[in-house]
Amino acid sequence: MFSLRINGSVREVDPPVGRTLAETLREDLGLTGTKVACGEGHCGACTVQLDGSPVLSCITLVHTVGDREVTTIEGLRDHPLVEAFVRTDALQCGFCTPGQIVSAAALVEAEPNPDVERIRHAMAGNLCRCGAYPRIEEAVLTWRD
Amino acid sequence: MARLIRTEKEVEGNYTEQWVVVEGDDALEQWPEGPRSVVGQPAPRQDGHQRARGQAVYTADLALPGMLHAAVLRSPHARAAIVAVDTLAAESHPLVRAVITGEQLAERGLAWMPTLSHDVQAVLATDEVRYQGQEVAFVVAETRYAARDALALIDVEYAPLPAVVDARHALDADAPRVRDKPDNHVFDWEAGDAVATDAAFAAAEHVSACDLVYPRVHPAPLETCGIVADHDPITEKLTVWATAQAPHAHRVLLSRVTGIPEHRIRIVAPDIGGGFGNKVGLYPAYVCAVVASQLVGAPVKWVEDRSENLMATAFARDYHMRGEIAATHDGRITALRVRVLADHGAFNATAQPSRFPAGFFHTFTGSYDVPAAHCRVTGVHTNKAPGGVAYACSFRVTEASYLVERLVDVLAFDLGLDAAELRMRNLLRPEQFPYRCATGWEYDSGDYPRTLALALEMVGYEELRKEQAARRDGPLLGIGISFFTEAVGAGPRALMDIAGLGMADGAQLRVHPSGSAVLAVSCMSQGQGHETTFAQLVAHELGIAVDEVEVVQGDTERTPFGLGTYGSRSTPVSGAATVVAARKVRERARLVAAAMLEVAPEDLEWVAGRFQVRGVPGACASFREIAMAAHSDLELPDGVEGHLDAAAVYNPPNLTFPCGAYVCVVEVDAGTGQVAVRHPHLVHVSITPFGRNGPKAGYAASDLTIGAASGSTAS
Repeated sequence: MFSLRINGSVREVDPPVGRTLAETLREDLGLTGTKVACGEGHCGACTVQLDGSPVLSCITLVHTVGDREVTTIEGLRDHPLVEAFVRTDALQCGFCTPGQIVSAAALVEAEPNPDVERIRHAMAGNLCRCGAYPRIEEAVLTWRD
Repeated sequence: MARLIRTEKEVEGNYTEQWVVVEGDDALEQWPEGPRSVVGQPAPRQDGHQRARGQAVYTADLALPGMLHAAVLRSPHARAAIVAVDTLAAESHPLVRAVITGEQLAERGLAWMPTLSHDVQAVLATDEVRYQGQEVAFVVAETRYAARDALALIDVEYAPLPAVVDARHALDADAPRVRDKPDNHVFDWEAGDAVATDAAFAAAEHVSACDLVYPRVHPAPLETCGIVADHDPITEKLTVWATAQAPHAHRVLLSRVTGIPEHRIRIVAPDIGGGFGNKVGLYPAYVCAVVASQLVGAPVKWVEDRSENLMATAFARDYHMRGEIAATHDGRITALRVRVLADHGAFNATAQPSRFPAGFFHTFTGSYDVPAAHCRVTGVHTNKAPGGVAYACSFRVTEASYLVERLVDVLAFDLGLDAAELRMRNLLRPEQFPYRCATGWEYDSGDYPRTLALALEMVGYEELRKEQAARRDGPLLGIGISFFTEAVGAGPRALMDIAGLGMADGAQLRVHPSGSAVLAVSCMSQGQGHETTFAQLVAHELGIAVDEVEVVQGDTERTPFGLGTYGSRSTPVSGAATVVAARKVRERARLVAAAMLEVAPEDLEWVAGRFQVRGVPGACASFREIAMAAHSDLELPDGVEGHLDAAAVYNPPNLTFPCGAYVCVVEVDAGTGQVAVRHPHLVHVSITPFGRNGPKAGYAASDLTIGAASGSTAS
């Protein structure tokens, strides 16, 4: 049994050794906004932040999180990026979108006015099968509008 | 992206066709006046926030009390005899609740199931495995980890056998036999007039030809397939939550396979994370999950992992095509002749209308006025995963477009003509519509030359050709042009069915006393935004707000029957059913309004969301007032029922035939072969600006990749 700091609160968990952060979030804590699409760290759908940095929760073992603050999409529901994504039609099926927003939120926190190159670089680990990339760029470029 | 839009202008009830080119995001300002007050207007996406916030509920997100987790043991061999299966160790795992093998299914008559193409498919292999990734055993355990650990405890003794994985050798006399049949032949199918086509080739001034392989590709939706099956032992009712693009079809098929009566099966499709045709069929693991739930008396969840998705769920394409094009010396196309070898894998599980084993491949005459055409398609089995139609407005339309566009390019090259000019000489002209093509389709409408001209203008085609000709060093400049006509909105029930189910779809519209409405449709969004598009249709017809319409889909107990969402059929079929239902509601509203205003129904006209007495603008009733009155104590004439609910079934009279032009400019490093895309320009003909990503952008990106990988990008 140990504690995780998640979205500003402290949660007690008791996962078996080998459990991933994604599984703990989704199955033990009911935070299903984090999606698992490949399970092997390729697609970015499972992205969460650890102390503000984006990480792939499907290949992060929960026992390695320690006292770092975990931020999931549930902690970013009121972030202006959510509105920006909807306004710019930056999603279709929505399965990658929580991960996109978590990555983008980390980016704009570090760099409030990223240019297209920076956005492409920072978001390169988040795949969108529906092909919304130009809109995702637009959403991040205009996130404060 | 620019759009060439066909719309209608209404003058006193008479509709005339109008074409308008719109570019950029202010497209709507350019729409002509007409009945387009809601449809065609941007609307906030109704499901946008919930998907963006991670609040949409996908199948993998479901958790039921007592739910167990399943994993599938798959064949490591392309072909092998199964000598023995030992499950004892797996069954002894403390967290394992059941291990199901093909032999156990055979005892229940469930080892094989019918496919969507008059074939059968092994649910779990009994005698032989026929492709890598084929399902061999199904483990149910208290956790997903335990289920997957237990897979390693199952001991299957295989005797590997020679396999055939190349369709070109599937019909060789000494080819390994994929099935218990004398050969690997699945079907021969042809379309068009062979005699007339051969005659046109015999008389041709010029003939060009090319061989094309459209390789096997995978839809790969970001959300993999999955199911939660819950069989209630007391009520004997089965509830299935699954990634289902066609919930009603899934219910019929599941009933046929399992023997559970249809009225005791409820299929619920939760939110879907992309389908691209991958979620049309019924997969073996779905049947296993249902059987497992019956066996253990608890809900059973199975969600495939990415490797399983890529190995074993429905693929697309895998067509070996030889095309010939006959033309005059000045580039007038006179005939097309095509031979196709279609690789259907080990089981013919293609999801497509029964009468068309090659789908709508016979749209291969494309967008051109071709007097004679003929194709012959031969389907074969190989030791590869089944599937065949999935992904990107298919039913083989993509293969057909690829073929004809490559042939036109080859012809242009051989004749020394400009590829755009050659297309212009042969494109159908607007006055030729409706046009019956040489293989029998009747194209409804289009302005093809204008569409291509627009795409060429957008990309600066003339200048690009000059730049290309002037270039002496640096990267090579390539300009690829493609024009397509696709056949979507399947389809007329007299012509097409899937597994015996005609392709008509229903809509039910309930109107509340307040005037808000609930629309239930048989199609199922995979993220296309049905919740908004269909609400717009109802809002437009009834003069209420978009957010006053709730769209219900994906639940067989809450929606009318229909064949679901794939092949770009939702708006043409379910959308039409919606409009018909809404107009029935409006006619019911007219009768109630007549009673309210104490006039004859025919004295009323529908203007801007209200019925008003002709010539008396002040005497009117809004839809909301009528809805309230319809549920009130207002005395209604004999024969007028009150309430406003209505339902409709739409059987499309024909398919619809959208068109579009693509121009892609690439720079190729002659030394390394590296390709950089300079301008991909897409011009689509569409009827609504909603969903401007469309899946088209994703398809364009993947098709670029497929083209590059198969070494066959346009020159």
